[in-house]
Amino acid sequence: MSLTGYRKIALAALLFAALAPRAYALDAGAVQQLAAEDGDAKLAAINRLVTEGDVAAIGLFKAMQDDGLQIFNGRVVIVTGDGVKDAIHGETLVVPPDKLEAIVVNNRIRGALDSAIAALKLIVPQRAERLAAARAVAADAGEEMLPLIERALEKETDAEVKTLLAQAAAAIGLKSPVAERRRLAVQVLGQSENPQTKQLLAALLEKTPDGGYTEPDAAVREEAQKAIRAIDSRAVVPQLLGTVFYGLSLGSVLLLAALGLAITFGLMGIINMAHGEMLMIGAYTTYVVQALFRQYFPGAFDAYLIVAVPAAFAVSALVGIVLERGVIRHLYGRPLETLLTTWGISLVLIQLVRMLFGAQNVEVENPAWMSGGFSLGGGVVLAYNRLVIVVFAAFVVLLMWLLLNRTRLGLYLRAVTQNRAMAGCMGIPTPRVDALTFGLGSGIAGLGGVALSQIGNVGPDLGQSYIVDSFMVVVLGGVGQLAGTIIAALSLGEINKFLEPYAGAVLGKIIVLVFIILVIQKRPQGLFALRGRSAEA
Amino acid sequence: MGPIVAFFTRLYGPRGWLTLGGFIAVVLFVIPLLRLLPPEHSLHLSDYFVLLIGKIMCYAMVALAMDLIWGYAGILSLGHGLFFALGGYSMGMYLMREIGTEGQYRSHLPDYMVFLDWKEFPWYWAGSEYFWLAVLKVILVPGLLAFVFGWFAFRSRIKGVYFSIITQALTFAFMLLFFRNDTGFGGNNGFTDFKRILGFPLADPVTKTALFMITGLFLVLTLLACRYLVISKLGRVLAAIRDAEGRAMFSGYKTRDYKLFVWTLSAVMCGIAGALYVPQVGIINPSEMSPANSIEMAIWVAVGGRGTLVGPLFGAGLVNGAKSWFTVAFPDFWLYFLGCLFILATLFLPRGAIGLLDRLRRKT
Repeated sequence: MSLTGYRKIALAALLFAALAPRAYALDAGAVQQLAAEDGDAKLAAINRLVTEGDVAAIGLFKAMQDDGLQIFNGRVVIVTGDGVKDAIHGETLVVPPDKLEAIVVNNRIRGALDSAIAALKLIVPQRAERLAAARAVAADAGEEMLPLIERALEKETDAEVKTLLAQAAAAIGLKSPVAERRRLAVQVLGQSENPQTKQLLAALLEKTPDGGYTEPDAAVREEAQKAIRAIDSRAVVPQLLGTVFYGLSLGSVLLLAALGLAITFGLMGIINMAHGEMLMIGAYTTYVVQALFRQYFPGAFDAYLIVAVPAAFAVSALVGIVLERGVIRHLYGRPLETLLTTWGISLVLIQLVRMLFGAQNVEVENPAWMSGGFSLGGGVVLAYNRLVIVVFAAFVVLLMWLLLNRTRLGLYLRAVTQNRAMAGCMGIPTPRVDALTFGLGSGIAGLGGVALSQIGNVGPDLGQSYIVDSFMVVVLGGVGQLAGTIIAALSLGEINKFLEPYAGAVLGKIIVLVFIILVIQKRPQGLFALRGRSAEA
Repeated sequence: MGPIVAFFTRLYGPRGWLTLGGFIAVVLFVIPLLRLLPPEHSLHLSDYFVLLIGKIMCYAMVALAMDLIWGYAGILSLGHGLFFALGGYSMGMYLMREIGTEGQYRSHLPDYMVFLDWKEFPWYWAGSEYFWLAVLKVILVPGLLAFVFGWFAFRSRIKGVYFSIITQALTFAFMLLFFRNDTGFGGNNGFTDFKRILGFPLADPVTKTALFMITGLFLVLTLLACRYLVISKLGRVLAAIRDAEGRAMFSGYKTRDYKLFVWTLSAVMCGIAGALYVPQVGIINPSEMSPANSIEMAIWVAVGGRGTLVGPLFGAGLVNGAKSWFTVAFPDFWLYFLGCLFILATLFLPRGAIGLLDRLRRKT
């Protein structure tokens, strides 16, 4: 928000007024005066209303800005889509539209209204709105507002709003002609958490074309340098934590994308190029569930993920089982053919989804509890949806571990992957285990799809962008090793995020790919290869 | 005369040479003559037709290159689109220089560099105005990359599916690299708006026909080279590696060197195809390096029949002909068709269309 010239002055005056003792009802005379022909009279009325400090005037001002404030029979009324209300007492009136008379609001009045609203918002009881208003003042405030901000500071009880107001005051103090005041202002700014503050301070140290500095006083410059160092050093730990966290979150995304593949490719040895499409199916299932919730249970919308997770698992697993029974089982022992066939399947699935849902991306809305994030300080914010994905990835890993190690299916699965013939001899129905295992891998990919739908676009090509990454994770981790897949995914995520500030996102990704190719040269079986007899299989 | 005749008769029998001669006659004489007919004439061949056939011939060369390593040496590459694109980019750099100052900004720099506010060519553009250097790069850039990559890969005995996945990652990485504007190859849009090659305007039908004829000649040469290779002892060793690498190794063959040779050769052939493709189509961009493109190349070979040389030619023609028909007539169904082709060809035609023909012939 940018306040210019007289608007700043107007705001200053209004702010003064806002701090005066409050009345409890809108002043009828002042409201009536808003309808005056004369612009100056209108301005005076706005001033009086702010002086009274009743936040109810905000609604009135907003209506006036939208040309909703009109005159009926000499009374000032608020006209909304729902009807006409008296502006002073609030009772509903029945008014034929042709009897209404508009109140002219020119740009000067509009500017004054903006300032009036901003000023009143600094004293509204709701903390969030007061905070927003304080932010607006902190971002851009003129010198003439300094005394007002200082007085608002005295009344403010909330710590965060108070800090913001103090910084707004300090930012104004930087422009003071007295060097000592500037130095004190720099000191205050040095404690700021606001990332823009650093720019403000750095501007003081810039050189002017004539060889001097923007800031003429050496002591102030020294103080500014100290302040910048302080800001930087306070940001080091949060930034490091932030990078680690975002690496972890990227790693979790990779892990969710690759876990299913770790089963179908890692354990069963099937090159499933349609794996990415299993992710896509999971994401589209989420979309459908979300749309159904919006349609039929809008009240429970925030809980749609509870249904989407099992639904995505079931749908993807079903598609996987059909694929295994229909096509892939005919190709066991012919890996290259499997690769081409599953690629063909992926094309068919993509086109199918494109025809069902359209080629455009569909929008999957986060539940309300997943939006936002919490601040680590130093300008680093951890987004809640990323946090949820990290937890979700851990949950899926745990689920898979339990399934593989604590259930009969898991036992069969391990037996069949270790020695198919012997498992068959022991009476394990190997074809059924194959189908179920492939279904499990696909279902877990579907769970990955649910996660991806919460952080990115959902479109028919969703899977294509993850297929190379997924294979890289599994190959790097070592085939047949779930633990390897987990470590590979997390370390790739971290490496990517730590490289990003130096190399940029794309170049970082390329470096990681080259790194993987090199590692595989050295350790063709992956970083965590099985040794001994099972490595031969 | 004797040894030369013997050499040629070893390559192909009389029927083979007759077919090949027929093809050369069509490409070099019939089609150019038909091009000379006035546009109203019913037998006149449009620019579109010549472009389509020219493109398919480039793809056929790629299919031969794929077949050489997959059909004969058993190595499935999912990164051949990269070598194709690198050949194309090498030629494209020269074509960009040929535009001269006729670009939109009238600068000696290509438009996209002006747009990026670059003042001069980056160092790796040095010499790109010379045609001979472009030709050299067409061969050396894909060849060197393939050699280095293959040397590392075959040395550590990466094979089978792993090799396929890594080649896919390679082309994916290069695609990302070329998508960057700062890489200096036009980013997203790549190179386009070419004006001339060796001074001949590319929009001229005569130039188009000449490029078409050259492509046809190169296709024939590639085919003969492949044929020579596969009937030689080298070809047999390759087949041995494909069928039982362990045994070939224990019989004393350095399988790594054989594989490396044929892998590099295949990449160079792909690069040449790309260099012929770009002036005809008039555009090269990073999407040529997308993994999907490379994997499509494999299906040309699989549909036609790998392990034969005619098969890939046939497969490339069939799939690409179908593609240009489908994408016009039923654009929504092209992916279904291609997907089903992948599935059906691998499930029911393990030896491709050629194998199917063989089986039918034997029955009758």
